[in-house]
Amino acid sequence: MLHGRFHELAPHLVPLDYTNQPDIRLPLALIVSMPELKENPFRNRIVEVFSEDGQGNLSFNDFVDMFSALCETAPRELKTIYAFKIYDFNVDNFLCKEDLEKTLNRLTKGELTPEEVNLVCSKAMEEADLDGDSKLSFSDFENMISKAPDFLR
Amino acid sequence: DSEEESMSEGEMERLKEEVEEKKKVIAIMRNKPWRMKRRLVHLKECQEFVDKFEGALGKGKGRKFYAYKVMMTKKWIKFQRDFENFKTTCIPWERKIKEVESHFGSSVASYFIFLRWMYGMNMVLFGLTFGLVVIPEVLMGLPYGSIPRKTVPRAEQPTAQDYSVLMDFNGYCKYSVLFYGYYNNQRTIGLLKFRLPLSYLMVGVGTFGYSLMVVIRTMAKNADVGGGDGDDGEFTFAWKMFTSWDYLIGNAETADNKYASITTSFKESIVDEQENQKDENIHLRRFLRVLANFMIICCLGGSGYLIFFVVKRSQEFANRDDLSWYEKNELELIMSLLGLVCPPLFETIAELEEYHPRIALKWQLGRIFALFLGNLYTFLFALFDEVNNKKEYYANFTLYNNDTDTTPPPMDPSDVIRGPCWETAVGIEFVKLTVSDIQVTYLTILIGDFARAVIVRFLNYCWCWDLEATYPSYGEFDISGNVLGLVFNQGMIWMGAFYAPGLVGINVLRLLSSMYYQCWAVMATNVPHERVFKASKSNNFYMGLLLLILFLSLLPVVYTIMTLPPSFDCGPFSGKAKMFDVIMETIDLDLPAFLGTLMGYAANPGLIIPAVLLMVLAIYYLNSVSEAYQHANAELKKKMQMARDEEKNRRNNTESTDQVMKDLEDLLPNRSLLPPAPPPETGAGEHHTFTSNVNEPLAPIVQCR
Repeated sequence: MLHGRFHELAPHLVPLDYTNQPDIRLPLALIVSMPELKENPFRNRIVEVFSEDGQGNLSFNDFVDMFSALCETAPRELKTIYAFKIYDFNVDNFLCKEDLEKTLNRLTKGELTPEEVNLVCSKAMEEADLDGDSKLSFSDFENMISKAPDFLR
Repeated sequence: DSEEESMSEGEMERLKEEVEEKKKVIAIMRNKPWRMKRRLVHLKECQEFVDKFEGALGKGKGRKFYAYKVMMTKKWIKFQRDFENFKTTCIPWERKIKEVESHFGSSVASYFIFLRWMYGMNMVLFGLTFGLVVIPEVLMGLPYGSIPRKTVPRAEQPTAQDYSVLMDFNGYCKYSVLFYGYYNNQRTIGLLKFRLPLSYLMVGVGTFGYSLMVVIRTMAKNADVGGGDGDDGEFTFAWKMFTSWDYLIGNAETADNKYASITTSFKESIVDEQENQKDENIHLRRFLRVLANFMIICCLGGSGYLIFFVVKRSQEFANRDDLSWYEKNELELIMSLLGLVCPPLFETIAELEEYHPRIALKWQLGRIFALFLGNLYTFLFALFDEVNNKKEYYANFTLYNNDTDTTPPPMDPSDVIRGPCWETAVGIEFVKLTVSDIQVTYLTILIGDFARAVIVRFLNYCWCWDLEATYPSYGEFDISGNVLGLVFNQGMIWMGAFYAPGLVGINVLRLLSSMYYQCWAVMATNVPHERVFKASKSNNFYMGLLLLILFLSLLPVVYTIMTLPPSFDCGPFSGKAKMFDVIMETIDLDLPAFLGTLMGYAANPGLIIPAVLLMVLAIYYLNSVSEAYQHANAELKKKMQMARDEEKNRRNNTESTDQVMKDLEDLLPNRSLLPPAPPPETGAGEHHTFTSNVNEPLAPIVQCR
């Protein structure tokens, strides 16, 4: 079924027969047009995280990876890892203040004033940062997320 | 052969261990955050290894059997997986619900999931009732018209087929399998000697037992998933930032609403954060709240009295024949109207109270619940009042009848004088109430949502102000109202099913049509909520309500079975002193003698009182154990919080958070006795060395864990 979806994104590129393991990759623009991802503010980041080259070109294996991680039955730790990678915009394995600001602006579509954005990011940083380096490492993030009541979606 | 012998026991063990390990790796493969390629490669490796050596582990003669066993295990696993897939595709309405979810968010979808769950439960109850009570009576019992209780009396016959009479569930409906009065009290019927009265009683009790079991099981499952109440203010902003997006939204309009609600929620938290203690007049607030509660209690009392009054009136009406449509249906109309009018009234009054919205919602739900409960119980009391009155009349009647009872002349069944059958009357009342509830609900959706949508849509072209954006615009789906309606409807079904076995069938039809109708209505006429919120812990709240209603509807039925004498000449218990005499009869006549004596001993008060005492003690013990666990939990949480704060402050080289230590700091002999800052965490250290290596983002994260 997933293969069918993958195929219908680019029927002329994707072969129906995968036994030869062809190396076909679909570009970012095609993937983010899927109805499940279209409205998601982080769709670009999601596709980039799951692509091997970090640019958003997904092979079928990556495609399956992505949907299995987004699935409801994926384990919490897996989702935590991928969530961290998605929110890490500059891919430096830390969530620094700029990452947080970008996340917030995507979430509110720029409706908050800069002072409000600043306040929210500082508060969030203050709450979650355990080692005091004013960046969120993965362990900070995991510690904070594991207590969240409605993270699983 | 020599090769196999050369494998010593130790090597066999080692090989076995390795095979088990590979199997474990295969099982947890899906949890690892690897790329598909790496996963596939590893998977192939492990599978090859397992295939190669698993066969070799069986030695000599046992080898074939071992290989066979392995093959069967594999086939069984494959079969299980296929069956799981098949089961998933079998879940009814899954696609429809997912569609609603993507448009309206998970909270609206949770109502439909609840509806589907109710439908499943009602199907089982329907199967029980129909299979064990209705079908045997229809197939093996006496047909219509053979005995007095199954025949329409001569007086009513001319009108028995009229549509209006049938709509009231009189006429042919009343003397049909739908109601209690139709069932015969023969101890066994048909060739199979099916014990109908016993089965009727057991199904009645079993309905409650099954419902109780299912509700509690679902509550336990929900409690597991949801966990305890999450920490209140610990990570407010961080959580809002990272977890507020509902990844299941696939529709542009919903997404817009979600953005707006996230923005609003951030702004709220910001205001909360920046706010100082409001300079408020505490006394005014308290006075207003007391006033609001007083007004609401007046409303509740008023509605209860109104229902009581209307029921009394309907008793008077029962004696007259020339009733207008309004007078005939007055009771149901009033009850439904109260259910429609009072909740918005409560909301308006509640604005005096100025509570936080979440708390206000809880108060509102509680008040609506009290309203419905009060209405239901007033209705019941009035009904049983009527029953008691009837009993007096009919005690006189039996006195009269006994004289002529010795040799009844052969009479056409429709001519026999019979007493009023109060159980059927009660059953009719419940069925009428349910039907009118269904009608009101559907009409409300049709007018309140559909007509409104049509008017707004088409009148918008020629109206002065923008109807769609401002008042009245399109309706929102009222989740709590609908869920409460569903819960109370189920309560009525539970209460009425004993007196009217057909009620469960009616309810199943209602739920089925409701599912399609409401799905269509939601998609076609509603807009997503302005504040799209997530369905998290509220599921257990509704289950808790359902449980409460279950207990409350159990009470009247148990009271009936245990105390009230059944009607003299209708129903499966006619002729007995109390309904549960059927069980005593069965024990005496059908079961072997020693079971009878056993039950006799078990019913001895000398045995029952210690058993009850033991249960009370067990409850007390479990309660104190659970309190002790809660204490321990709270202590642990506090410790963790303190440890975290200490850690934070140590990093930042500021003073200790412990106020007591701070005060005593000056007393400390030597400042350097304070613990030095421990070395940085190994995780953080590794991070720093790997930051430059962007090509391998996976490795440090995995190692850090």
